[in-house]
Amino acid sequence: MSATAPPAATPQKTEDERLLHTSPLRRLLGRPELGSVVGAVAVFIFFSVVADSFLQTSSFSTVLYAASTLGIMAVPVALLMIGGEFDLSAGVLVTTSALVSSMVSYQLTANVWVGVTVSLLATLAVGVFNGVLLTRTKLPSFIITLGTFLMLTGLNLGFTKLISGTVSTKSIADMDGFESAKALFASQLTIGDVSLKVTILWWFALVALATWILLRTRFGNWIFAVGGNAPAARAVGVPVVRTKIGLYMGVGFCAWVSGQHLLFSFDVVQSGEGVGNELTYIIAAVIGGCLITGGYGSAIGSAVGAFIFGMTSKGIVYAEWNPDWFKFFLGAMLLLATLLNAWVRKRAEATK
Amino acid sequence: MTTTAVSAPLVELTDVSKYYGNIRALEGVSLAVDAGQITCVLGDNGAGKSTLIKIIAGLHQHDAGAFRIEGEDTRLANPREALDRGIATVYQDLAVVPLMPVWRNFFLGSEPTKGAGPFKRLDVATMRETTRAELLRMGIDLRDVDQPIGTLSGGERQCVAIARAVYFGAKVLVLDEPTAALGVKQSGVVLKYVAAARDAGLGVVLITHNPHHAYLVGDRFVLLKRGAMTASHTKDSVSLDELTRQMAGGSELDDLRHELER
Repeated sequence: MSATAPPAATPQKTEDERLLHTSPLRRLLGRPELGSVVGAVAVFIFFSVVADSFLQTSSFSTVLYAASTLGIMAVPVALLMIGGEFDLSAGVLVTTSALVSSMVSYQLTANVWVGVTVSLLATLAVGVFNGVLLTRTKLPSFIITLGTFLMLTGLNLGFTKLISGTVSTKSIADMDGFESAKALFASQLTIGDVSLKVTILWWFALVALATWILLRTRFGNWIFAVGGNAPAARAVGVPVVRTKIGLYMGVGFCAWVSGQHLLFSFDVVQSGEGVGNELTYIIAAVIGGCLITGGYGSAIGSAVGAFIFGMTSKGIVYAEWNPDWFKFFLGAMLLLATLLNAWVRKRAEATK
Repeated sequence: MTTTAVSAPLVELTDVSKYYGNIRALEGVSLAVDAGQITCVLGDNGAGKSTLIKIIAGLHQHDAGAFRIEGEDTRLANPREALDRGIATVYQDLAVVPLMPVWRNFFLGSEPTKGAGPFKRLDVATMRETTRAELLRMGIDLRDVDQPIGTLSGGERQCVAIARAVYFGAKVLVLDEPTAALGVKQSGVVLKYVAAARDAGLGVVLITHNPHHAYLVGDRFVLLKRGAMTASHTKDSVSLDELTRQMAGGSELDDLRHELER
């Protein structure tokens, strides 16, 4: 910027001589997901070398499936992180979604779509609960959602035992609507000789939708703003409270999708599942370039993060190693990706 | 202003007071802002400058006295109402979201959209072009509207915030210590934009504790001290030396000099 005399109405030029030509490579370096893409390529090459069966198309669809089940949840968690908040209840909320759906249908002996609908309302309600509590009390989201996490864990176990007498739900496979619901949430598609799970479509659709929202809608602008500087956003008229509640409802919606997949692919649901998954979602988002302090990140990055996760978890199996090593790899990946992201971001901003 | 025969000031405060419980934050302050004029509010820390801003910006309501906008008695309920009435406030630290590009910051909270229903989307091309053009009109020639606004200097950020207020149709611009954290050169740049906004026909309230900056651009000067108004001058009725002396405490300064003499 230069200080010329104030109303200097020089004709607008599209090319500025002070602006060096930005190479496509430089532009790429400025993207939040770059670090994760480099990581994904490295992991891919690594397992291609050490695991013979890794490059087969069937393995690839297995990897994609593992990535998609995680990726569906990593998308809203990434959006929430860009908005400056965490949701530790996301993991058990998936289980809650499946349990509610199954038990409502079974107890009412109704069409399973009744359970599916009630489950959607329940997960959205948990999202609203988190969001409202957060914006009203102004407590850190870490504490609020830690509370919901523990409460949901208890409710999942308690209600399931109370209603069905065991720690898992009853089978609903013979009930009305099961087949159509299974088609939507847990079917297989065969393209050529590759069979792909429908969750992969859900995943891609959600990533595309989230990217559209983030980069091309007012709401997306507000997400970046509330995560980057909430008081400033409020001062210029951004509805901070509504934005945050909306983000938590997004987590609720995706937990619903994920939970219905769980239910309709396995028919019965274990009530203790889901604990610990919330951290995996956050890891995927962070590997994908989301800043833990908010205001920066992308939905595509979370997808790449989930893909790295899928490749590592299945690659270890294909390499015929002991799967116990998985967590070690994941931790190393997280550290490397975060360091790489920080370095890339610093360079990208310094050179501008 | 053409419709009213006797042009009332854009914003006028008469004997305005504000109390927080038993604390007298502001007592009997009067000031007026005309279109195309700059009114400076001078005062040391704790003089009541921020309380005054908050009343004009709609964050607080006054407890006594009159607050008129274009001659009409007003109580502003919230900042949004102030904005709607044409009063834009640029806070020193609250202006922008550092990690977001300049053009996204420029339109934050008032983003233009195109398309309908689920295809309603940001009008990105217009947003970028307008940002560039509006900044250029204020004399700010930005290299790249895509750079995060945090990479701009403090003065540049102030300027973007001012240009933004001007673009969104503000009639009165309230600036909270726009030069406080800036170097000499940067302050000069910001003061130029303040003058540019004035020349564009806006009324400006400039809050500062620097009488030199105030005297450079101001038409009227209001001095605050411990919540009360100690003096009100027009530019032709006061010299810079006198203004500086009153601002610095006048007789107190003489006492201090006496005390420090060896």
